[in-house]
Amino acid sequence: MMLKIGRWFGWAYTGYTFLFILAPIAASLVFSFNADRFPSLPLKGFTTDWYGGTFTDPLVIEAFQRSVMVSVPVALLSTILGFCAAYCDFRFDFRGKSLFSLLMLLPPTIPAVIMGLGMLSYLSRIGLAGEVWAVLISHVVIALPFAMAMIRLRLAQMDSALEEASWNLRASPAQTLWHVVLPFCKQSLVAAFLITAAVSFDEFAVAWFVSGLNETVPVRVLVFLQGQVSPVINAIGTAVFTSSILLVAIGMAFSGMGKAKRAAADTPAQPVGGALVTNNGLSL
Amino acid sequence: MSNTSRRRWPLLLPPLLWQLTFFLLPLLFLFVISFWSVVNFRLEPDMTLKNWDFMLSRSSFWSAYGHTWSLALGAAVVTTCCSFPAACSLAFTVSERTRKLALMFLVVPFFTSYLVRVYSWQAFLADNGIVNALLAVVGIDGLPMLNSDFGSLVGYVTLALPLVTLVQTMGLAQIDRNLIEAAHNLRAGPVRTLFEVIIPLAKPSLVVGALFAFILAFGDFVAPTYLGGGAPPTLSNLIIDTTKSGQQWPRAAVVAIVMILTLVLTSIAAVRLAYGRRK
Repeated sequence: MMLKIGRWFGWAYTGYTFLFILAPIAASLVFSFNADRFPSLPLKGFTTDWYGGTFTDPLVIEAFQRSVMVSVPVALLSTILGFCAAYCDFRFDFRGKSLFSLLMLLPPTIPAVIMGLGMLSYLSRIGLAGEVWAVLISHVVIALPFAMAMIRLRLAQMDSALEEASWNLRASPAQTLWHVVLPFCKQSLVAAFLITAAVSFDEFAVAWFVSGLNETVPVRVLVFLQGQVSPVINAIGTAVFTSSILLVAIGMAFSGMGKAKRAAADTPAQPVGGALVTNNGLSL
Repeated sequence: MSNTSRRRWPLLLPPLLWQLTFFLLPLLFLFVISFWSVVNFRLEPDMTLKNWDFMLSRSSFWSAYGHTWSLALGAAVVTTCCSFPAACSLAFTVSERTRKLALMFLVVPFFTSYLVRVYSWQAFLADNGIVNALLAVVGIDGLPMLNSDFGSLVGYVTLALPLVTLVQTMGLAQIDRNLIEAAHNLRAGPVRTLFEVIIPLAKPSLVVGALFAFILAFGDFVAPTYLGGGAPPTLSNLIIDTTKSGQQWPRAAVVAIVMILTLVLTSIAAVRLAYGRRK
């Protein structure tokens, strides 16, 4: 009896926890359609004006284009570099390997303000601060660890006999990498690409420091936030949220389609979920 | 031997060089410029201690330090305590399937901008905001929540709660159920089981979760600025003000280095606590 009550209490509490986590997201969705420009409770009626206003604002459009321009190369570079790092960690033993992995994985634990200041002073010294390049470079540093972690998780599932068989069949290491390892990691590569794109699309602090006048979407949101009350923030937030969720859903569907049902049953989108775990915490 | 070493360089070098050049060097450079000076709003190479002296001799710096430390510690404690019942519930009382679904939901916040969530909290916490409107229904007068340490804490918990719950749930789910049942069979009550079996076994995940919360809160500038009101400032506020308004990068670098040192020492202490001296 006691246990049952405890159990129900636990579920109710968990429900409240989720409410706390999801409330601001839900509220931002609701207020993005609210006619009142101040977000307060009696809702004033339905409007799509904020969306209209947002997507005709040249500053927002420009920021959006810039964010896409940055996040796609960031995702590509971090996925490639992340794969290299993950494979080295998986395959080779060498002196200083734990130091290497630490260096690869550390960036998300450094507070963004400090990363921002370090990047700003360093990149301005080599003449890159205030350029889109600066945002791209810093975002690869921050996103690479996520790609590495996700791909490393997938590599851990690989039977090492697979590579040995390929070497025995006289494939060179490079051929083995290309024809055996990469196809095995395909799903996690796609997932890493999408997640690192999302990391870059969402990162505002370092970008704010180094971007100069080249605002990305979240930097624009920060500028709105510094100004007065602005329902535009809700509209942008909801739009970005919807598209990120769509992207991830596409990514998951893609990884499910990838290798018929056998592979899908093997790893039911596990790399995605697993890596998000790391991801969620350390970005920001 | 030399064969594998030859094979690994093409894979090892690109990520290594990238992180050395664009991660380690910028951080080391911070250390270097903390000894430089600013002349006519321009950074000049120098070898002076005056930035260190300027920052460390001010009481305002130390009060910001204390404020940041206590806020981050508060965030770690509050987040750990808030998420623990939920993590227990998810780890012990629901099916594998439900747990996976719940963990998926914990990942959702990652896809929303933290800035947008903080802006949304402003609507909840404002004097005429949602929470006060709901409180008014049950006859409680308006409580000031925005622009206070409470506001900052709400922001920190928003930032850290999903991750901490994930870490705790995964830690708790790995506990051998037989041990809990053994405690039960030996007539330990639920409270005693909790404190003498479950919590000691889950200690690493509890401490690591709390450490994550501490690190996230210690470095965050959004919650203390837009929910905490920005006064008194935290160290990250200090870095931003010093960098953005005064061009005083060397002084900001001093603050950054003090922050990094604090985080490193805290992490070492936490890891000791989590993994050391287990009976």
